[in-house]
Amino acid sequence: MSNQVPLHEGLFTWPAAKPQLLGSRCNQCAEATFPAQPDCRSCGSRRTTIVELGDRGILWTWTIQTFMPKQPYRSDETPETFRPYGVGYVEMPSGVRVEARLQANSPNQLQIGMPMQLDIIPFRTDKNGNQKMTFSFSAAQGV
Amino acid sequence: MDVAIIGIGLHRFGRSPNMSGMQQGASAVRAALADAGLSWADMQFAYGGSQDGGNADALVNELGLTGLQFTNIWNGCATGGSSLHAAYSAIKSGEYDVGVVVGFDKHPRGAFNPQPKEWGLDEWYGETGLMLTTQFFALKTQRYMHDHGITEDALIRVSEKAFTNGSLTPTAWRQQALSYEEIANSAMVSDPLRKYMFCSPAEGGAALIICNASKAHQYRSNPLFLKAAAVRTRHYGSFEVFAPSQAMDVADAPTVTASKAAFEQAGIGPENVNVMQLQDTDSGTEIMHMAENGFCEHGEQEKLLRDGATGINGRLPINTDGGCLANGEPVGASGLRQVYEVCVQLRGEGGARQVPNQPKVGYTHVYGAPGISGVNIITT
Repeated sequence: MSNQVPLHEGLFTWPAAKPQLLGSRCNQCAEATFPAQPDCRSCGSRRTTIVELGDRGILWTWTIQTFMPKQPYRSDETPETFRPYGVGYVEMPSGVRVEARLQANSPNQLQIGMPMQLDIIPFRTDKNGNQKMTFSFSAAQGV
Repeated sequence: MDVAIIGIGLHRFGRSPNMSGMQQGASAVRAALADAGLSWADMQFAYGGSQDGGNADALVNELGLTGLQFTNIWNGCATGGSSLHAAYSAIKSGEYDVGVVVGFDKHPRGAFNPQPKEWGLDEWYGETGLMLTTQFFALKTQRYMHDHGITEDALIRVSEKAFTNGSLTPTAWRQQALSYEEIANSAMVSDPLRKYMFCSPAEGGAALIICNASKAHQYRSNPLFLKAAAVRTRHYGSFEVFAPSQAMDVADAPTVTASKAAFEQAGIGPENVNVMQLQDTDSGTEIMHMAENGFCEHGEQEKLLRDGATGINGRLPINTDGGCLANGEPVGASGLRQVYEVCVQLRGEGGARQVPNQPKVGYTHVYGAPGISGVNIITT
């Protein structure tokens, strides 16, 4: 069985029963950002704290990526197997809009204002057979 | 110290398979020098930029090793605007009397593929397919349409106008007008933007000869005057390309602040402008830039486009040469192509695409990653 590892450290809590996106919040002006960064792009303060941004949000805008991007895009796909994907900004209750891949990939599945939930999903397999995990959003299930 | 434009030159945008990007830049400089009646040896300074065409200052290998001050400028899609601003400042300061601004490029086919590290981002952002300018413009347009009641009709009409204007412009890359239906039925690239709503990376060169306005009449009887040149970057909260997250409170785009600064410098307002070039990397951005530059209210674009107000004979003639949509975008040259076209219009040399009633005030606007805007105001 393949091992699952995050594509990049520090983007989300994982593995976890309820993974959360990770960002940073400024100790001075309280603005949140994703991904976490040591300085604040709002006020310039160098005192920020890593915080959980949540796992649910509201879709603020969206599009569909219909063609396979060139490098630096790096998936396991070929032009033949490429599957269009959604991209959107999701408004998190913690006070920041996060850009993410969306699992829906058809316009009739997406609407501004719809509730979304975070999923940590396999993105590609590296040369050692590890599955690289990334964050994505899908239509929220239940409440 | 006022600043004049006394020479303009263009190396035709599109594809020049037998020429390097740099040769296309040199071609534009030679054309601008000929237009001004000056020689390369007369140039006291140069500012130039290119994304994929090489270092602009290597142009001296083509044009002559005269020892002039030559500074390379690289500022994304706003490279041309930034180069012109630098030249404007050089004249304003009184340090120089005459110089050249040049931009050129030669991009491979297909969408740009920017690298995360060059934009201060981690690799995962590019790897997972979030780092595409086409995506950003679609995302911004989608939200804008939602907020301001813009429909697909407006997006189609922007492209329809662009290709109509391109068909009237001998130097345009795309010279074939497209019907409303052809645009409306073209493939969806990034919802809500379709194939014929996007410009393509291209090739080409553009150059301007700039001089101290008090000496402009020595060179030509109809110099034009660069009344304002402003470049601004993004504020916290403005919705910009290559942003893994956005603040909740949306701030004015850098276009808004650059535009306001330019109008203030020139001492005029949007109502005084007779012909304008607004960055139209896609039809959605032209619509947003109409309002961000102060030419209409947000949401008013739908009716303006339906009424043909932005056509060559309309009240707000926008992108009279077909803009980026019909000319493609060689990044280094694109902003200067806009200035070139406005100068053509102000001189009354637009031929089949000439704006009627002798336009006296022209306006150019570029926007580039990761949130930079350059605005110029030019008058007769």
